Amino acid sequence: MGIIDINKVTYEYIRRDEDGNVEGITTAVNGVSLNVKAGEFIAILGHNGSGKSTLAKHINALLVPEEGSVIVDGMDTADEDKTLSIRQTAGMVFQNPDNQIIGQIVEEDVGFGPENMGVPTKEIWERVEESLRTVGMYEYRKKSPNKLSGGQKQRVSIASVIAMHPKCIVFDEPTAMLDPKGRREVIRAARALNDVENITIILITHYMEEAIYADRIFVMEEGSVVMQGTPETVFSQVDMLKSYRLDVPEVTELAWELKKAGVPIKFPILTREELKEELIRLGKR
Amino acid sequence: MERDKSKLKLAADHISYEYDKSGANRHKALDDVSFEVYEGEFVGLIGHTGSGKSTLMQHLNALLKPDQGTIWYDGQDIYEKGYDRKELRRRVGLVFQYPEHQLFEDTVFNEVCFGPKNFGMDEKQSELSAYAAIKKVGLPDECFYHSPFDLSGGQKRRVAIASVLAVKPEILIMDEPTAGLDPKGREELMEMILSLKESEGLSIVMVSHSMEDVAKLADRIVVMDKGHIVYDDEPRKVFAHYKELEEMGLAAPQMMYVMQDLKDAGFDVRTDVTTIEEAKEEILRIVT
Repeated sequence: MGIIDINKVTYEYIRRDEDGNVEGITTAVNGVSLNVKAGEFIAILGHNGSGKSTLAKHINALLVPEEGSVIVDGMDTADEDKTLSIRQTAGMVFQNPDNQIIGQIVEEDVGFGPENMGVPTKEIWERVEESLRTVGMYEYRKKSPNKLSGGQKQRVSIASVIAMHPKCIVFDEPTAMLDPKGRREVIRAARALNDVENITIILITHYMEEAIYADRIFVMEEGSVVMQGTPETVFSQVDMLKSYRLDVPEVTELAWELKKAGVPIKFPILTREELKEELIRLGKR
Repeated sequence: MERDKSKLKLAADHISYEYDKSGANRHKALDDVSFEVYEGEFVGLIGHTGSGKSTLMQHLNALLKPDQGTIWYDGQDIYEKGYDRKELRRRVGLVFQYPEHQLFEDTVFNEVCFGPKNFGMDEKQSELSAYAAIKKVGLPDECFYHSPFDLSGGQKRRVAIASVLAVKPEILIMDEPTAGLDPKGREELMEMILSLKESEGLSIVMVSHSMEDVAKLADRIVVMDKGHIVYDDEPRKVFAHYKELEEMGLAAPQMMYVMQDLKDAGFDVRTDVTTIEEAKEEILRIVT
């Protein structure tokens, strides 16, 4: 069994009028099954309103499924006694760093989680140091979070999650508000946590470039998983992705256009390096 | 870039601004910045977080007053005695980041009517103006009497933009209008903004973190770093400084890097390429 076992989960948002009568029902997640193995890096893609975030909130028991079950590291999210340990096992990083930082000083913010969990003081400081070093923010430990750039704030949010020693982190569009450098910093931090610390990563994103590092990609549409596979398999289906209001990385799109123009180029191509190699092979200098 | 001075709409003239002037967090956000917007042009404003973009934006419609320097609109100093700054705020529409968080009315139509009424248009005029604005942003008729909160993320954002358009601005300033939208949503919103520029002759200033978007859409790109404007030129000339841009926490569009890779590998290709379409043409030249 994997670290996260989502089994036929359905979740509906019910809209009511002032008198409490049901006005409408939106099925945000519709019978989704998804299994993540420990140490995997998973990306979830889908347009706004496709159900990605609703699904993500099930992974750390912010939402509990109406039908089906979610098992996190052997614990059922429907079991209220397990809620706290589930949230320690599966941390979440959200879009807006300003909504996630509560401390006046960086190290205080990172220490808040372990302190809240009742970790002994000496160990709290060890964890704060270790987490800030992991995301490359240790030199900023005495700073006020408002003095940091977006990417730095988001890395502090990540450190605050790591300090609770999670086995898994769900990133819900962590780079949507960041400049190019901030985006690179956050994605680099997420990949390092996966590679070095072996933490399971679930990345929800609207940037196709960020999904190419994943072991597997899941595409959601109208609350269901409609595509899944390695980045190579998923991004080779350009037209299908576009029909789901998604896209492919720019270099993949370029290779696709070249292929359509009759160039015998390998497909798909996901990185600049691959593209360069192919064009060197094909080109005339 | 050569420009027709008779088409100058808005100019920030050597403005400086400091936050928390007497406090511990004293910080100069703008340092002697001059910035111009011409009639009907699309300006992309880029810079890393904290470079001064938002502070500059807020000066352009008098939400912040510069410590030094001034702002000119249609040849008038907006800080001259008796200048109607409320009217200026109507002419220079500001769309903040995540504007959908500011929606509050019970229906889309009422939401969009709020602005014109607030600026003193009568009931009838406000409704006509709101109707036209909702049409312009491409929302379907059945949305009119929905609660704005029941719409999708992309649609909510259109409602917020319509609310600004309804007061008939001449310049539209937008802070990251596509943040958080899915790829198709980004593309659709960009198309809508372009069509506003074409059909209404609106000038657009767009703050963005997407180098690809500004490269594709902007007539001119202005780059800010540490409270200064460091580049102000057409896109391909600005992005030619990609190494300097990287040092500022920015980047060039992906396609420029692809072409640079090919040039480094010894191919005779142009490197001032910013879109997939241009890159394709250049590459077809060397592979066929």
